[in-house]
Amino acid sequence: MAKFNAEVIIEGKKNARDPEGETIMRDLMIKHGYDMVSSVRSGKILKVTLEAKNEKEAEDICWNMVNELRIYNPVAHICTIKIVK
Amino acid sequence: MPMRVIVVQFSGSTCDRDLVYAMKDVMGWEVDLIWYKNAQKHLESYDAIFLPGGFTYGDHLRAGIIAAYTPVMDKVKELAKEGFPVFGICNGFQILVESGLLPGALIGNDTLRFSCKWTNLRVETTRSAATNVAKKGDIWKVPIAHGEGRYFLDEKGLKELNENDQVVWRYVSDDGKITAKGNPNGSIESIAGICNLEGNVVGLMPHPERASESILSPWGSDHGKLYFQSLENYFRRG
Repeated sequence: MAKFNAEVIIEGKKNARDPEGETIMRDLMIKHGYDMVSSVRSGKILKVTLEAKNEKEAEDICWNMVNELRIYNPVAHICTIKIVK
Repeated sequence: MPMRVIVVQFSGSTCDRDLVYAMKDVMGWEVDLIWYKNAQKHLESYDAIFLPGGFTYGDHLRAGIIAAYTPVMDKVKELAKEGFPVFGICNGFQILVESGLLPGALIGNDTLRFSCKWTNLRVETTRSAATNVAKKGDIWKVPIAHGEGRYFLDEKGLKELNENDQVVWRYVSDDGKITAKGNPNGSIESIAGICNLEGNVVGLMPHPERASESILSPWGSDHGKLYFQSLENYFRRG
C-alpha cells in the first residue's frame, strides 16, 4: 500500500451563476489592470490523503467516496479528481 | 386531540426552540424536541416530523449535507416515502434536498451575504400539506435568514417541478409580481419552497415560525400561522 494525495475539485455548473467568481474578476482583477481576464469561476477543493495499492485504485476510491457521500451535488456542481504526485 | 409532532434537533440546529414555541404555544400542539440520536425509534408515533432551521455541522461542505447522512435521516426517508408528513424549514429544507427527498440544490445567495429580512411569498399551489388552507396567489409575509438559499435546478428538473405542481411558494414583490428585487437570493424562477410529488414532504427557506404571531411582524400579520394551520387541516382530512 502506498500513500496518495488527491485533489477533489467541486465547482458550480456553468448554467448556475457564480457571483463570487464574477466579483473577483470584475472588482479585483479587472479593476486592477488585469483586463485580459475574461472568466473566473470559484469552487472548493478538498485535498485528500489516502492509502491505496496504486494510482488507479486511489482515484477509484475517491470517485466512489464523492458519489456515495454526495461530496458534490450533481444537480448544481461538477466534480473533478486529480491524483497529485 | 391536538396534533402531536416531533422536532428533530441536530448538532447546530438553532431555530428548533422558535419552532417548538410556534407549534406549542401558538398552535396548542403537543411538541417534543428530541436529539437526533434519540429520535429514530420514536418518529412513527407522531403525526409529523419537523426538521428545524440552523447550521447543522457548521454548514461544512454544504448546508445540510452532513445531517442528511445521520442515521435518523434513513428512517425519515423511509417514512416520507410511505407518505408520512415531513417538513423542513431553512436548514431543514437543505437537509431534505441533500438527502434526496426533494429535488434540486440550495447554493450560496447571489448577494454573497447572509440575508435576514422579510420577504413576500406567493402561494403557488394549495395541494401541499403546508398550504391547503391558503388560496393560490395569496401573499404571505415571512422572513428569511440564510446564506445558502439560492434554489437551483436544471431546465429538465424545473419543467417537471412546474408540470407536477411542486412549486409551493415563490418570492415576489409587494404587489405579487416575480421581480429581481423581490427575489432575495437569486433562486431560479424565484422558488422559495417546494414539495415532493405526493405533497407530504415540504421544504421552505423562509421561517413561518418567525411570522406566526402578529407581534412579530411590522405589518401586524401572522401569515406563518397558515403554514401550521394547513398541516392541521391536512392531518384532519386524513
